[in-house]
Amino acid sequence: MKTLIGKALLVAALATSIPLTAFAQVNLLNVSYDPTRELYQDFNSAFAKQWKKQAREDVTIKQSHGGSGKQARAVIDGLDADVVTLALAYDIDEIHDRAKLIPQAWQKRLPHNSSPYTSTIVFLVRKGNPKKIKDWSDLVKPGVSVITPNPKTSGGARWNYLAAWGYALKQKGGNEAQAKEFVRKLFKNVPVLDSGARGSTTTFVQRGLGDVLLAWENEAFLAVNELGKDKFEIVVPSVSILAEPPVTVIDKVVDRKGTRKVAEAYLKYLYTPEGQEIAARHYYRPRDKKVAAKYGKIFPKVKLLTIDQQFGGWRKAQKVHFADGGIFDQIYAK
Amino acid sequence: MKKSQRHNVLPGFGLTLGYTIFYLCLIVLIPLSALVFKTATMSWGDFVAAVTAPRVMASYRVTFGAALLAAAINAVFGVLVAWVLVRYRFPGKRLVDALVDLPFALPTAVAGITLASVYAPNGWIGKLLEPHGIKVAYTPLGILVAMVFIGLPFVVRTVQPVLEEMEAELEEAAACLGANRLQTFVRVLFPVMLPSILTGFALSFARAVGEYGSIIFIAGNMPMVSEITPLLIITKLEQYDYAGATAIASVMLLASFIMLFAVNLLQKWSRRFAG
Repeated sequence: MKTLIGKALLVAALATSIPLTAFAQVNLLNVSYDPTRELYQDFNSAFAKQWKKQAREDVTIKQSHGGSGKQARAVIDGLDADVVTLALAYDIDEIHDRAKLIPQAWQKRLPHNSSPYTSTIVFLVRKGNPKKIKDWSDLVKPGVSVITPNPKTSGGARWNYLAAWGYALKQKGGNEAQAKEFVRKLFKNVPVLDSGARGSTTTFVQRGLGDVLLAWENEAFLAVNELGKDKFEIVVPSVSILAEPPVTVIDKVVDRKGTRKVAEAYLKYLYTPEGQEIAARHYYRPRDKKVAAKYGKIFPKVKLLTIDQQFGGWRKAQKVHFADGGIFDQIYAK
Repeated sequence: MKKSQRHNVLPGFGLTLGYTIFYLCLIVLIPLSALVFKTATMSWGDFVAAVTAPRVMASYRVTFGAALLAAAINAVFGVLVAWVLVRYRFPGKRLVDALVDLPFALPTAVAGITLASVYAPNGWIGKLLEPHGIKVAYTPLGILVAMVFIGLPFVVRTVQPVLEEMEAELEEAAACLGANRLQTFVRVLFPVMLPSILTGFALSFARAVGEYGSIIFIAGNMPMVSEITPLLIITKLEQYDYAGATAIASVMLLASFIMLFAVNLLQKWSRRFAG
């Protein structure tokens, strides 16, 4: 009996190992956040072609999408991600802090804060802009209904909130107290706090709630293109925030699986003109100057604040604004 | 007595009991003890602060209040549905019978999105209610609607078999003895049905308290107003505050357990009352 099981196991082991050696097949898992689904579908097939030419190896990239924080928790709890491409650096910081799967200075390893593409926060309004919403100051007017997800549960919403805060600070004589009052007024105009960015888009687009949706630029473009140019318009405010969705290799995983080389090549490919082109096609702002110039018409120039300069980095911003008892909680406390 | 015990229909009491305990440990107790251990990493002061924060307290009120109300609504209307399905014959009865199970089978997110789209101010029902100043979606009322929706099958499916077994002769006898309709229902039928109604009530309540997927789409999730407790647990997790999340979870668990235990006792009592 035992020998029989032993034989069966041996056969099974052989059967699974044969394809590995014969085809030089390699698998990568990219754990990402919600709105990048279409971007990485395109990018993965482009990279697979490139890698076949370069290394004569077939690479299959699996994608996993979900809320940025949830995805980071899955990796912390043991999901075998070769690379993560998340909405904000804070979530990747936690992968270092809690599971030590990556070095602390992970963000220094790739150019531009390890963010190959950027995005920003824009307004999506109904066709004709009936409430005449031009800038952040219009959002706090009485009677204007603003749709944004909950900053406590959504990475995108944190960018929305910080962009509003940054705008208030940049006004004449702007200070912390005024900024707090500004976001308090803004969130008074929010009737629904969905838990994620896609949920808010649905609330605004399908349910018809609200006069303006605060959204990722790429989500706003998607909504306009997919759901009707005759229904929505994008409004770009005078000031917004530079959203840098970062990427990194998960060292402990790639070293165990032996996929470091291909995983690093995968992320570097994001920075090549081809990778940048794909990002731009999916409405992420490219870093590459040439590609950026080519798509300059799509992405209007806007004054962009950065999280590091304005807020002292994500760790600090998270603690001050979004942790329990932080400023976001204070504006809702009675 | 001893002999009859030995000749049990299912042999191997020791083995089956061992298996039962092992299985319960594996499926129920070990995950739940992990919850307790995780919670135990925080100090008592932190624990109390985490589970009694104003926002958390508001969410208990919303969650448990709406769940109780939803279970009560289901207890009334679920019995009605079960009664109609058992006592009457009509075309399409099987279809209606199958419809009852739909809230079981539907992925909760789908249920939530569907409900939100129907009850939103531009939805089929929401459009009709809006002019009367009634808002369902994105208010606590929306939470109630979702909870009623997911809880309905529990009452129907627990009451139905009892009704099926109840013989129509019982009612006839009561009528012969001079009872009017109300008396027949209150004195004869209701006591027999009560234990199963209570079970259905308890199941419906427990399900509503733990529900996340469908409610989140219709609740509006406004702090202090329409935030349910499971959302706050997710919020804590989103901040990587595992201990805080499990602290709230253990409070919910305890509250639900006490409720279910009380309903069980009530059920026992009502059975004696019926018998």
